[in-house]
This record gives sequence, C-alpha cells and structure tokens, in this order.
Amino acid sequence: MSGRKHTVWWIVISLVVAVYALFPVVWIVSLSLKSPGDIANKQFWPTAIDWSNYELIFTGAAKDLFLPALVNSIGICLIATVIAVVLATLTAYAVARLDFPGKKLILTMALAVSIFPVISLVTPLFRIWSAIGLYDTWAGLIIPYLSLTLPISIWTLAAFFRQIPWELEQAAQVDGATSFQAFRKVIVPLAAPGVFTTAIIAFFIAWNDFVYGISLTSTSAARPVPAALSFFTGASQFEEPAGAISAAAIVVTIPIIIIVLLFQRQIVSGLTSGAVKG
Amino acid sequence: MKAKVSNRQRGETRLGWMLSAPAVIILLAVTGYPILQAVYFSFFNYRMTDPDNRFVNWGQNYIVILTDPLWWQTVGVTLLLTVVTVAVELVLGFALALVMLNALKAVRPWVRTAILIPYGIITVVAAFSWKYAFDLGTGFVGTWLSMPAFDWFGDFWSSFIVICAAEIWKTTPFISLLLLSGLAQIPSDMLEAATVDGATWWQRMWKVIIPNMKAAIMVALLFRTLDAFRVFDSVFVMTAGAQNTATVSFLTYNQSIGQLQLGMGSALSVLLFLSVALICFIFIKFFKVDLAQARGE
Amino acid sequence: MSEIELRNIIKRYGDGYPAISDVSLRIAEGEFVILVGPSGSGKSTLLRMIVGLEDITEGDLRIDDERVNDSAPRERDLAMVFQNYALYPHLTVAENIAFPLMLAKGQYSKEEIDERVNRAATLLELRDHLDRKPANLSGGQRQRVAMGRAIVRDAKAFLFDEPLSNLDAKLRIQMRTEISRMQRNLGVTTVYVTHDQTEAMTLGDKVAVLKKGVLQQYASPQELYDEPVNLFVAGFIGSPPMNFLPVENVDGRLRSPFGEFSLPAAEAEKLRGAPQYLVAGIRPEDFHDAATLDVAKRGGGARLSAEVDVTEWLGNEVYAYIPFEAEPAVRKALEELDRDLDGEGARTQVVAVLDPSTSVREGDTMELWFDPAKVMVFDPETGENLTRDPENAQRLAAESEAARQRALERAKSQQAATV
Repeated sequence: MSGRKHTVWWIVISLVVAVYALFPVVWIVSLSLKSPGDIANKQFWPTAIDWSNYELIFTGAAKDLFLPALVNSIGICLIATVIAVVLATLTAYAVARLDFPGKKLILTMALAVSIFPVISLVTPLFRIWSAIGLYDTWAGLIIPYLSLTLPISIWTLAAFFRQIPWELEQAAQVDGATSFQAFRKVIVPLAAPGVFTTAIIAFFIAWNDFVYGISLTSTSAARPVPAALSFFTGASQFEEPAGAISAAAIVVTIPIIIIVLLFQRQIVSGLTSGAVKG
Repeated sequence: MKAKVSNRQRGETRLGWMLSAPAVIILLAVTGYPILQAVYFSFFNYRMTDPDNRFVNWGQNYIVILTDPLWWQTVGVTLLLTVVTVAVELVLGFALALVMLNALKAVRPWVRTAILIPYGIITVVAAFSWKYAFDLGTGFVGTWLSMPAFDWFGDFWSSFIVICAAEIWKTTPFISLLLLSGLAQIPSDMLEAATVDGATWWQRMWKVIIPNMKAAIMVALLFRTLDAFRVFDSVFVMTAGAQNTATVSFLTYNQSIGQLQLGMGSALSVLLFLSVALICFIFIKFFKVDLAQARGE
Repeated sequence: MSEIELRNIIKRYGDGYPAISDVSLRIAEGEFVILVGPSGSGKSTLLRMIVGLEDITEGDLRIDDERVNDSAPRERDLAMVFQNYALYPHLTVAENIAFPLMLAKGQYSKEEIDERVNRAATLLELRDHLDRKPANLSGGQRQRVAMGRAIVRDAKAFLFDEPLSNLDAKLRIQMRTEISRMQRNLGVTTVYVTHDQTEAMTLGDKVAVLKKGVLQQYASPQELYDEPVNLFVAGFIGSPPMNFLPVENVDGRLRSPFGEFSLPAAEAEKLRGAPQYLVAGIRPEDFHDAATLDVAKRGGGARLSAEVDVTEWLGNEVYAYIPFEAEPAVRKALEELDRDLDGEGARTQVVAVLDPSTSVREGDTMELWFDPAKVMVFDPETGENLTRDPENAQRLAAESEAARQRALERAKSQQAATV
C-alpha cells in the first residue's frame, strides 16, 4: 500500500469513528436549535437556527426547573468528587505504599462496592433518608455518590501510586530533605497528575448519576439535572418538551466536552490504569 | 531487638488502617448498612404510606415475586439486553481498539477525543438523543428510512433495538479503551515473530493477539456484563417500561420509589443484588477471571 | 572530607535472617573504598545503612568520631548516587542538581546556587542540557546528572550504589575513569558498591569483599590479588578467575590430575599437618606454554602435561581450556565455591592465558609451565589460604597507603593552587 493511499484510508476510518461518536451529540444540538414550530418537522437539521429553547431554560418558563438543578448538579458533584478524591488518596497511599494485613481486603471491598447494583441501595436509602431527614438534601445525594466515586478513585489512584518511583523520597532525604520536604517537593508533584485525572473520572461518574438523583429528591432543593430533565414539559402542556430538554442536555454536556478535549490523554490513562494493569 | 522490628510493622499497620478508615467506613455505611436494611425489610409487608400497618410476612414477598411471570419476563428481558449489548460492544469495541492502536500519530488524539465523548456524556442525555431520533413526533430516522409512520416505541422488538443501540453507543468506547490497553501490552516482536513464522493477519489475530489479551477481554466482559444487567436510565427515559421493556432495576424502582411498596421493593433489591453476585461468581468460577491480577494487583 | 567507621555492624530482618553479620571497617579521610561481592552479599544493605536508609540492628556507625546510628539521612550530610539515578522527573537538569542546595534553606544565596550548579555542570559536561528534563537524556547523561547532584554540595562523603550497572560496556569504562578522576581531584571520602570485580580493582584504594553478609577481606586491590585470605576472595578477584586444581598432598609433593609438582621449601613447610586433599590455585596468566618459553627460564618451574579442549585467540593473548575430573571430596568444595560466586555450574576446567606466539590448537597435548612459588594452596574444608604470606601482605598494605597519601597531598596542593 502506498503511503498516500494509507493516509487516505486512515482519514476515512477516522471520519467514520468521528461520525459514530458525534452523531447523537450533533443531533441533540440540532434539536435544541429548532424553533417550536420546527421541533416536530422530523428532519435532522433545523430550518433556521433558533435560540428560544435556551431562552426557555435560562430565562423563560423552565428556568425554575433548570437553573436550581444546574446549581445542584455542579455543587453536589464537585463536593462528592473532592471528598472521594481526598479519602481515596489517603487509602490509595496506604494500599500502594504501606505493607499491612488487610489491604487486599480494602481493595476487594472497593471492587465489591463498585459492582453493587445502585437500585438495590436506593430502596433502603430512601427509607433511611426519609427517617433521618436527609431526603431531598444535598448531603442526601453526596453521601450515596461516594459509593459510586470512592471505589473507582481508590483503584485508579492505587494504580497511579504504584507507578511513582518511591525511592525518590529516599533520594530526597539523602539530599537533605526532611520527611515533609521529601513529600512536598518530590512526591506531591509526582502524584498530582494522577490525583487530578482521578478527580475528572470521579466527577464524570457523579455527573452521570440518575438513579439516586431521581429517587432521593423530590423538589428543586437537591434535584440534579439528569433527574430534572424528565420533569420538563413543553411551553404548553400539549407541546413536546424535546426542545427544552435538548437545550438543557447540551448545557450539561458542554463541560464534559471541554474536559475531554483538554485532558483526553489523562482520562484514557486513568480509565485503563484503574481497570486493567497498573 | 525483634520487638523493634515488629513495632515498626505494627506502626505501619496502624497507619495503613488509619489512612484507609474514612473510606472504608463510608463504603460500609453507604452499602453494607443499607443492604442489611433491605434484607431486613424484605421480610415485611411494608408500605411507606402506611407505616403503622407493617408486619412480618416471613418470605411471602419472595414467594410472590418468584411465582409471578412478570418477574421472570423482566429477568429474561434484562438478560437478553445484557447478552446483546455486551456481545455487540465487544466486537465493536475491539474494532475501535484496533483503529486507535493503528491510527496514524496525527489522527490518534482526534480519534481518542471522539471516542471519549460518548463515554463522558450523561446516560440520560444519550437516551434522550436516541429517543428523539426515533420518536414518532420528532425523529428523523423514520424520515430517512422512508417509514415516517412507523412507531418505534410501539412494540417490544423495535423499542428493544433502540434501547440496545443507545446503550451500545454509550458504552462501547469504555470497552474499547480497556481492550486497547490489553492490545498495547502485546509485545510487537511477538507479532513480528508470528509474521516470520508465516501466520496470516487472521491467524495472528486468533492465535497470538486474542489469547494474549484474554485477561483484558475477560475483565471488560465482566464489568460490562454487570453494568448492562443493572441497566435503568435508558429504559426509564425511552420507554418507562412500556411494551414489556422493563428491566429488573426498573421493576425494583417502580415497586419501591414509584409505589412505595418498601417490603416488596426491598425483596426485589435483594434479588437484584443476588443476581449480580451470581453473575460475578459465575465469571470468577467458570471463566477464571482473576480480578486481582487483571486490576494491576 | 570525613572518616567513616563501622564497628561490629549487624543487620537482622524481622524473620531473624542476618543480612549483615558483624562487619567492621574503617574508611579513612579521602579514601576510595569499594564494597564488592556477588548478589546477596549485603553490600548494598551496608551502603544504605551508612547513608541512613536502613536501620542498624546492632553496632556503631561513626562519622568523624560521632555516633550517627539514629540520625536521619539529612543529618548525616552524605551524598549518594543511586543505581537507577533517582532523578526527579518533574525537575530540569539544573533544578535536579540544585535540589540539595535549595533544601538547605538560607544557606546558599541564589547566585551561589547558580554558580555551584554551573561549576558542577561544567565539570560533568552538562552545560548544554541544563534546561532539559531527565526523561529526554541518555543513560550516560542521567548518570552524570546524578553525580552532579552529589558533588554540588560539600557533603562529608560520596556513596555510590552500583552507579554504572545500567550503562553499556563502553560507556561504563568511560564513566569509571571519570569517577576515578573526579574522586582524586576532589579528594572526597567515597564508598562505592559494585558486583563487578574489575570496577573494584580499578577504582578502589581499598576493597571490602563480602559474602553472605560476612566481610571476607578488606585490603588494597593488589593485596587481594596476591595474598587472598581464602578460596572465595581468590576466586572472586581476577579475570579470567583463578584456576582451582584438586591436588593430593603426598609428602610435600602435590599430585594433580595433570601430574605432580613440588612447592618451594618455605611454602611446603606451611602445608605440614594439612589435610590429604587440597585445592591448588593458579592464576590463568601464570601458566605458560613450555614450548614458547626461554630455555633459561624453563629450568626452575614445574610442568604439567594436558590435552587442550578449546582455544580462543584474542589477538594479544590466547585462552586455552583444559577440562579435568576432580576427586569427589574436592569437587564438593569447588561446586559450593561456584555457587557462592554466582556461577552457572560450569564444568571443571583450567584456563591458561598464553602468549599469542603459541602454536597450541584444539586437541593438542601441551606442556604447561608455571612457577610453583605463585601457586596458592587452600584447605577445601575451611577455604583458608594455607600459603598466604602475611609479611608480604603487610608490605603491600603499607605501599598502597603511601601511594594514597601521595595522591591526596597532590590533590590538596592542586586545590590550594586553584583557590
């Protein structure tokens, strides 16, 4: 095969992959830009670009549904991510660096939790939360989100930490560093990328949640965007809410796309190192 | 002097557990405790709206569920969905992994980015996109296929196909990344040796590549199977269980959160949990998936 | 520049396994000392105990007459070059070299740090690479950065842990010379761990040979070569290694598989009361082809007749290999020695390094000539060198110490001249 033919071939394959990956996204962008009259035209593209769906969710009738949900989603997911990453960092450090009986047990437990069916937890949590007043609160979502984000964070970070050349800590001590300096100046800079990547993955998982969101909330006090989407109605009761839902869906997808564009390499290394070999 | 050594070991053990304690406690609190609660309440006749009237009915819930054809039908649908999506994802994911592995340096980051978008996108958003693409009111698919009057969500098989498509689209990238890391670990000189030995592309694939990435394949398979068996979001958004498309997760949700039947819902939760545990057990026992090894232990 | 003293150092691990058994060493100011031994000899453990990365179970470690057993590594003020270089991947070459100086807060001004880094970089020819990250450097360059980090501050001593083992053969020889030159110029006390006897012999003022955590001999390279205390040291030092022939002691004459020979009277005297079966050690380079030897010289030596199995022609010399069968009693001792030396269970054979003018070829029967005075005789049970000459050993030690003092004086006067 000649070099040029090869290149053309690859461009074609890449295009196919790109179409595969982007098609549903482009479709929903297109849908969100349709005017109310266009929504039901059953065509892929809008006849004219129209921003009324975005006006609807940011300033119009749907704003009381969407804006609080957006704030809830951002707040709850960020807090759940930070807590998960901080706790997972401590645990992963212990697992990767220290030798103590029970560390296998901790990893196994994290694995067991990660394969736990979320729906199985929702029923009892629903009852407990109602009993102790955590139902429909931020804390009432943050805590169960930890069951989603902690296990994968522990595994991913443990895999990252195993790759850190820990003898550098000793080298730093010989170079005259105190234990704390060795940690601050050598280990932290080496561990930071792994922690950051783990945070991205944990955030994605929390951001993606639907089961907890829809089961453990009832008002805009804590309801996150994915759950709120199914409560959207059209401008009038008989109109399709598709336009507003699409616009809201795009708003919550934009951060994902930005993060993917900026950090695709790190995300791939994080996903694979946590899952298959370290 | 021996005491000194064991002191150090004891100190390390204490530090290890101190560092791990917060995470361990939270994990136990958010999973262990609720599941025990679920087991407990699964033996009650218990409606959330009528808490004073709850009483122990000694496994009656389980009998009701296991003798109800609806339960078995739901299990059947869930299993079918699992098998179909995982099988397609595995083949498609392997193809994607090969594309990423062999892609030219210049296009590789772009392919990777494109592939990560379905992974990162919210499942519910993806489900809405696929739903509206096929929906009778908004969908362009009917127009493109010149069958504008066909109601995709009007019967079981067409609904099932759309749900599968949405699931496959969303999760294939994850599988392909797992497989890619397995592929990347096969030393290239092994493939070169096979080529020199006269193996064709197809033979290299089946005799060298696939046997050597068995661990990666099995892990991807196990995690995706467990994931697919728990499918909920797509069903909720696309059909809400209509046309017999309810899955085990959806049925459980409907009982406990939808109808506030806590006793029955708890029993379903326990059965769902046991099903997942059973799948896990089957994989580890019969397919010999070594999770510890595969996960980099 | 400091003096390091190890007094009866013992290291035991949790399971009671002794990694180091009662090692005592005195490393004088400015001395270059090599710790050498096969794998598992405890040489790296000993080095890590000196620098403070391993606890000392028993015994005293003194630096400049101060006990430092319980000091943290940073308090000991020693610089170390690690086997894998231990460069900080997130720092540039310049930052790596400056790292120890940055840690000593307030001790060095910004200008002083720059100046010192530049001086070290110039010395190690790293000036062009100061802004690069370690990942982009070649093996030899990384090695030099690691050395730069060691020499940039005025540490009390340099410690090297197999620093050349990751380099290819050519670079290894080059870096070996550089390390030697640097140590001579700076005159800094240096402890260097290696498993390579060539490195040990070429670099060290003194060499400590270790086996399974026990110090075998601590002496100058020449003394190790000429007067080894036992079978292990004799077999470890020298390349190709010393030949060990099983011999039977018959009234002061030694009967080997290739024939009999007598030792000089003084040596034979030392074998009185020795066991019947012994091991004779003859270095390959002490064998000669009788046919190519001066007639005048031929008279004094001993001769053995043997059939040559394989010859290797190297240009400046010829290696001749001669297999033999050993007595069971001695064979066991030789096999054990082979294991101790990390051997591969090679066959029992004699290697002779001959002059290239020899006409001996594979399959020939040749006359091997050697000077019996150069033969060492060992007790196969204890491994002890029965023919060791302590007076000669003492003379060699004094000579090497005198040579070292001269070198040190030169370094000091040179330094005084440049300052």
